[in-house]
Amino acid sequence: MNTAALFGLLGAALVGLGLFGLVVHPNPLRKILAFNLLGGGVFLVFGAVARRGAAAGMGGDPVPQALVITGLVVAFSATALAVSLLLRLFQETGRTTLRDEDGGKP
Amino acid sequence: MTISIAIDVGLALLVLAVAAWIIAVRDAFAAVVGFVAYGLLLALVWVRLAAVDVALTEAAIGSGVTGGLLLAAAARLRSSEAPAANERPGATLRVLTALLCAGISLGLAVAVLSLPDPAPTLAPMAAANLPATGLGNGVTAVLLAYRAFDTLLEKVVLLLSLIGVWSLAPDRAWGGRPGPRRVVRPDGALVFLTQLLPPVGIVVAIYIFWAGADEPGGAFPGGTILAAMWILSMLAGLVEVPAISRRSLRVVLVLGAALFFAVGLAGFFVADAFLAYPMGYAKPLILVIEAALVLSIAAILGMLVAGPPERTEER
Repeated sequence: MNTAALFGLLGAALVGLGLFGLVVHPNPLRKILAFNLLGGGVFLVFGAVARRGAAAGMGGDPVPQALVITGLVVAFSATALAVSLLLRLFQETGRTTLRDEDGGKP
Repeated sequence: MTISIAIDVGLALLVLAVAAWIIAVRDAFAAVVGFVAYGLLLALVWVRLAAVDVALTEAAIGSGVTGGLLLAAAARLRSSEAPAANERPGATLRVLTALLCAGISLGLAVAVLSLPDPAPTLAPMAAANLPATGLGNGVTAVLLAYRAFDTLLEKVVLLLSLIGVWSLAPDRAWGGRPGPRRVVRPDGALVFLTQLLPPVGIVVAIYIFWAGADEPGGAFPGGTILAAMWILSMLAGLVEVPAISRRSLRVVLVLGAALFFAVGLAGFFVADAFLAYPMGYAKPLILVIEAALVLSIAAILGMLVAGPPERTEER
C-alpha cells in the first residue's frame, strides 16, 4: 500500500470518529472539538487525492492542497464563531446545555 | 523503503489513537490538549504527503491558534461540565451511532481505494503556467493567481466571522476591549517567554511569507505565526487588547481584503478580467497583496481569539 492510500484510509477513519463524537457528546465544546477532528479527516482524504496527482516535478497536485489551506482557515473562523456563541450562552444562562429550559428532550 | 512504510504506519496509528482518546476522554480540557497534539501529528502526515505548505498551515492554524482558542474556552467553561455529562445518550443509541459512523468510514475507505488510476491532476498545467506568474511555488500560484477569487472570498469569510463574534457583545460593551483585564506579573514565566519569543517569531513569520513565493510557506502560515506572537503578548498582558472601535485596528483588519479587491477591479482595465494581473507585473502585485494579507490575517486571527468586547473602561 502506498503513502497516499494509507493516509486516505486514515482520513476515512477520522471522519467516522469525529462524526461519532459530534453526535454522542452532549457537551457543545466537545462537539466543536469533534467537528474539527472530522474536518482533519476530510482534509486528509483531499491530501491523498493531491498526493496521487503528483506530476511535472510537483510532489502533489497543488489545487487540492490550496483548497485544504483555504479550508483550514475557514474551519478556524467557524470554530471561533462557534466558541464565541457558546461562551455567550454560558454568560447568559450559566449553563452550556443544548436542552430546552424545561429539561425536555433536545 | 520499508523504514518509510513503518514510519507511515506508525504515524497513522498514532494519529488514530490520539483521535480516539480525544473522543473518549472525560475531561474537556484534556481533550483540547489532545487536539493540539493531534494537529501537530497531522502536520507530520502532511509532510509525508509532500504537502509542506499545508503542513505549515495545519501546525500554525489547525493546531496552534485553534488549540489556544479552545483551551481558553475550556478553562472558562470548566464549571459547566458536570451537568452536561448526564445528558449522554443511552447505550443503544451510542452503539447505533457507532455502527452508522463506521459505515460512513467504510464507504469513504472504499472510495479512497477505488480512486481512478492514473489519477487526474492539474499539476502539469499549474507547472506550465508558473513562469507567467513569476512564482516558484505551485500552491502559492493557485492561491493568489489561478484561484485568487477563492482566496479573496476566504478573506471576506474571515471578516464576516469576526463581525459575527463582535456582534455577540453585550450592548454596554460595544466598542470596548475584548476579554478580561490581564494582571501583569513581571517575574512570571509567561512574561519572560513573551520577551524572548516574539523577536524571533516575527522574523520567522516574515521569512515564511517571503519564502512562500518560491518555497513552501506563504501568507497564511506567516500571518498565523505573527498572530501567535501578538496573542502571546496580549495573554502576558504586555500589550493591551485594542478596543474594537479603534480606527487603526479596523483599517488593518480590512487592508488585505480591500487591497486584494482593488487590484482585482484594476484587472478589468489593465488586463481585461477581474483579478487578472498585467503581464510582467504578476509577481510584484502578488507580493504586495500577500504583505497586506499577512497583516490582516494576523490582526483578524488575533481578534478572533480575543473574542467579543467585554469591557468599556478607557478607550
